[in-house]
Amino acid sequence: MELDQQHGADALGWFGGTGGFGGRFMPEALIAALDELDVAWRDALADPAFTEEFQRLLREYAGVPSALYDATRLSAEAGARILLKREDLNHTGAHKIRNVLGQALLTKRMGKTRVIAETGAGQHGVASATAAAYLGLDCTVYMGEVDTERQALNVARMQLLGAEVVPVTSGSRTLKDAINEALRDWVASVDHTAYLFGTAAGPHPFPSLVASFVRGIGDEARQQCLDLTGSLPDAVAACVGGGSNAIGLFAGFVDDPGVAIYGFEAGGEGVDTDRHAATIHAGSVGVLHGARTYVLQDEDGQTVESHSISAGLDYPGVGPQHASLAATERATYVPVTDDQAMAAMSRLARTEGIICAIESAHAVAGALELAKQRPGQTLLVNLSGRGDKDMGTALEYFGLGEAGRESDT
Amino acid sequence: MSAATAFEKARAEDRAALVGYLPAGFPDVEASIAALRTMVDAGCDVIEIGLPYSDPVMDGPTIQTAAQQALEAGTRTSDVLRVVEAVAGTGTPTLVMTYWNPVERYGTERFARDLAAAGGAGLITPDLTPDFAPEWIAAADAHDLDKVFLVAPSSTDERIAMTTAACRGFVYATAVMGVTGARESTSDLAGPLVARTHRTTDLPVGVGLGVSNGAQAAAVAAYADGVIVGSAFVRTLLDHPGDAAAGRRALGSLTEDLAEGVRA
Repeated sequence: MELDQQHGADALGWFGGTGGFGGRFMPEALIAALDELDVAWRDALADPAFTEEFQRLLREYAGVPSALYDATRLSAEAGARILLKREDLNHTGAHKIRNVLGQALLTKRMGKTRVIAETGAGQHGVASATAAAYLGLDCTVYMGEVDTERQALNVARMQLLGAEVVPVTSGSRTLKDAINEALRDWVASVDHTAYLFGTAAGPHPFPSLVASFVRGIGDEARQQCLDLTGSLPDAVAACVGGGSNAIGLFAGFVDDPGVAIYGFEAGGEGVDTDRHAATIHAGSVGVLHGARTYVLQDEDGQTVESHSISAGLDYPGVGPQHASLAATERATYVPVTDDQAMAAMSRLARTEGIICAIESAHAVAGALELAKQRPGQTLLVNLSGRGDKDMGTALEYFGLGEAGRESDT
Repeated sequence: MSAATAFEKARAEDRAALVGYLPAGFPDVEASIAALRTMVDAGCDVIEIGLPYSDPVMDGPTIQTAAQQALEAGTRTSDVLRVVEAVAGTGTPTLVMTYWNPVERYGTERFARDLAAAGGAGLITPDLTPDFAPEWIAAADAHDLDKVFLVAPSSTDERIAMTTAACRGFVYATAVMGVTGARESTSDLAGPLVARTHRTTDLPVGVGLGVSNGAQAAAVAAYADGVIVGSAFVRTLLDHPGDAAAGRRALGSLTEDLAEGVRA
């Protein structure tokens, strides 16, 4: 579990050189805490006892390594070999558990007693509440009011796990506003509270720190692919909101020049409308939540509200490492619409018996398009989460839930 | 005109300076100009004009509500510069307090040029620290503008020294760990922070966050060079929706109370 020096950030958190992407645009009141976190994290990564405990927890508690699954029926339809990295099989149902177990262990190591988190779809909130319960930490989760409504089941899960869920009513009442509110809490509570950042975005060291805790996705997938097929995949694909599952997968392959890397963003109702969250495709360089990256913003630098049918991708920024990978063209980022994602969700369910999260369905949809350009090739797709939480959305979108009625999906 | 001029004048009168904040465009552009002029007339020595921003991490609900109203009323960065010009025309040093992204989006050099042309004194940057501000520092120096960075109770001595070395005009000390908002009592963290800051610089030190009346202003003025008030001013206007004249009267009364406080 080493930091990727070539593609990682420098000491000030810049990806791609000073003044590039990343950095730390934060109130001075939080700088000491970010410095403390940076030192503690680097110290922990260098401590075999910490990494051993982290790996043990992943193995025994989170169910990691997750399987790499050869999706033969989907592949036959698509015309390319599609391998699915089954992060949906992890405890709490998503890749997020890796990140929070790492950060929560770090919190204990730093002697802090409370964690706060922000959540969009609720996956990160549930994972944070779970890790907090497991490690005996107090937990408060900030969630946009809109998201508490569309993800009510996850709110209940967090509450059952002992977390306080605070609905955020400011701004667009979605993920970006939950991050603002969590940061405000942190300014006032930083002496005893750690902020479990939910994605590979935000101020330094969060993008690098989160990437270090989730890079197991890519490292495992790389080895599993070699074991299964005898060679590396031709391309890897993941959905990108903030970008944590994607950066975890990409970390395993970024040094393999023969492996193409694809990130699939939320194209919402179409990137030619104002209802999408395709930050890299349609955004511009700016500063949001402490980092310089691609941002959906207007002419005056005001953040524009994003839209995605997936609450987990409904974010107007993106992790700065993705911005750097896009700018250097090491990775290609492509928008996938709500409709394409929902069609892919249905197709995966019917061909493989796997109901994935709508976030992950964006990656599946992207891979199905990719298969047309790369017939016969091996495409490794990160199935970042399972779809239980999204059944309400699916029910509404497909008109399901009425016995005797056959869906026309 | 640098804010330092106003601090020097106050120091010559053996008192602290009163620094008053309102967001531009709240409740609309013209009304914000009138309100800020009321604050100047009633005794503010330095004016801070907030640039309304969609993601104000450091602001509490009072200022966020006002900024949101300003954005909903269509306030643009160009409007903020217009407000600066109108207020700076009174001869009172006028700074813009802004989160960084709108400046970067406008263009750092272009913003510095246009701010200077409008008569603005400089910028206060709550989410930009000197170690991430080389472009702004260069632009500000080129246009003779104040660079007001923040220090906090959690700042190390090394960071306070680094920060004050980059400041021009004055140093902004955040008195409490938390977001903006009027408080019942001022922080016991403020005095030691001001003392630590004074040990690194001859620049005046203003204390912000929490002051809402003359008595609190007097308490802060006992150890700080400036008393910075924001949320309490905003509150007076929020408390008089649809009645601009009553809002301005309340604003004037509060300013007078605070101005007496810094002279106590």
